[in-house]
Amino acid sequence: MWSYFARRLLIGVPTLFAIVLFCFFLMRLAPGGPFDGEAPVPPEVLANLRARYHLDDPLWQQFFSYLGNLLRGDFGPSFKYKDFTVTELIAQGLPVSIENGLSALVIAILVGLPLGIIAALSQNSARDYFVSGFAMIGIVIPTFVMGQLLILAFGVGLRGTPFQLPAGGWNDGAFANRILPVTVLALPFIAYIARIARASMIETLRANYVRTARAKGLPYRTVVLRHAMKAALTPVVTYLGPATAYLLTGSMVVETIFQIPGIGRYFVQGALNRDYTLVMGVTIVAAAFVIVANLIVDMVYGFLDPKVRYE
Amino acid sequence: MSSFNLASLHGEALNAAGEVEGRSLWQDAWRRLIKNRAAVASMIILGVIALACIVVPYALPWSYDAIDWDHVEAMPPNMELGHYLGTDSVGRDLLARTLVGGRVSLLVGLLATLVALFIGVTVGAIAGFMGGRVDQLLMRLVDLLYSVPLTFFVIILMVMFGRNFILMFLAIGAVEWLTMARIVRGQTLSLKNKEFIEAARASGGSTASIIARHIVPNVLGVVIVYVTLTIPHVILLESFLSFLGLGVQEPLTSWGVLLNEGAAELQANPRTLIVPAVFMTTTLFCFNFLGDGLRDALDPKDR
Repeated sequence: MWSYFARRLLIGVPTLFAIVLFCFFLMRLAPGGPFDGEAPVPPEVLANLRARYHLDDPLWQQFFSYLGNLLRGDFGPSFKYKDFTVTELIAQGLPVSIENGLSALVIAILVGLPLGIIAALSQNSARDYFVSGFAMIGIVIPTFVMGQLLILAFGVGLRGTPFQLPAGGWNDGAFANRILPVTVLALPFIAYIARIARASMIETLRANYVRTARAKGLPYRTVVLRHAMKAALTPVVTYLGPATAYLLTGSMVVETIFQIPGIGRYFVQGALNRDYTLVMGVTIVAAAFVIVANLIVDMVYGFLDPKVRYE
Repeated sequence: MSSFNLASLHGEALNAAGEVEGRSLWQDAWRRLIKNRAAVASMIILGVIALACIVVPYALPWSYDAIDWDHVEAMPPNMELGHYLGTDSVGRDLLARTLVGGRVSLLVGLLATLVALFIGVTVGAIAGFMGGRVDQLLMRLVDLLYSVPLTFFVIILMVMFGRNFILMFLAIGAVEWLTMARIVRGQTLSLKNKEFIEAARASGGSTASIIARHIVPNVLGVVIVYVTLTIPHVILLESFLSFLGLGVQEPLTSWGVLLNEGAAELQANPRTLIVPAVFMTTTLFCFNFLGDGLRDALDPKDR
């Protein structure tokens, strides 16, 4: 089993390499450069800038020096935030994004899972329709609309009441500033997890071994919690792998709306500013994250479902 | 009593046996689908919305990009002037914009899903049917792409090559095919040892023709379910790109672009958000209900 995970981890390395390679050439081959600002830069200045960032070296040389720096944890200088290196920006933004993402994920599991299971246990009842309807709303309303609605409700509508919440800003991670962004980030995941948990619970409850457990005379409660729960959890865990990637996408929206200094916002600004090094840095870090998350999911999967074999 | 009924039913069946037509899987599925009220209602609503988006803009007094110069501000609904749902913040007719935006959103959803469908079914069917090395290679590629934050690349591409309608659905389609490939491969694996495939091979069918004529038609059921669930997903992704300012170019619009504009001035003119939001969420709701209904109809094990 461990050799399987070692191998999976090793496959991650060429994957990352492929991502770096692809990203690098995509950025360099694209029309338009980071210095195409509103005011045209005089040619002499442009030449100096290009020399400073080694943009005139042969492409392969640029690539290998980038790769070499990358291995030393140096993502290069940011083109737009002139006083910062990309490594500094990521070091600043990553913890913020991870904290919010993890909180959202934990909340999503804590809320979504019970909702889904309750809906499954009373299939086709009013309770079930309520949960399913709520889940559907969470899925079909885009994050940025939900964010604006909650800002309007809690930041503006409830102004002056104890329920007022800051409509944006980070304030060094004060608790009140986290509530809205984390909620907005968590909502679609609550919805998806509830839906998946409901579907898989319904299917599991029809399985023969559940019927056997019931026939043995075990109380319904025990059957659900001890026998069905574990199997019903498997699809939810499977979903958590890709969820990390969706979480990153969600953080781009949430961090932009609420002006939170996380890597999602840096990525968006970097992309719009053609800040090559920043965009590549964030993409590589994000990819590494998704790879590790998928690996963890695979491991948990094996514990939940004994039929899974690692070769 | 019940035995009498059974007997008479049996008799009827015997009488009819002479002219009974076989019911295909599809007819069965259709029967189950039209019994599902939510799915039928969704189909009707989707049809109405799609038709409205295509036809109604021609019949409206205002074009989606025409500015009402006498009222260059958000105006509440005004029947006399022909702004049935009011105007946006620069005086363009909101209904016309929402319907034209629907055209773009639905088209992106449809085209991107077709791209995903094409790549996913091809890769999945080939991997499943050929097995061995080819399967290994293709599925490792899918695994690899799964662990890449692909949305990042869609954004990078959109930034690099500009806001381009064709690029948008190609890029989204190229991201959404992975799950399709996995599903189709799984189905193909369970099909490829069936007798009718063997028969096709025995009668001299080439691998390509067996995949195209026997495997693909038989995986369509699962694929259709997934298609109905992918379209709303793509529409949401389009709205996300629009939020980043990477959607279709003004004055053309889409639901994502409209929602983004509306959300920005939510406080001043909530109507500019509500109108497109109602259209888009209704559409997404309906696609999801239809997808669930189709799944139940095409998957008899769940009855």
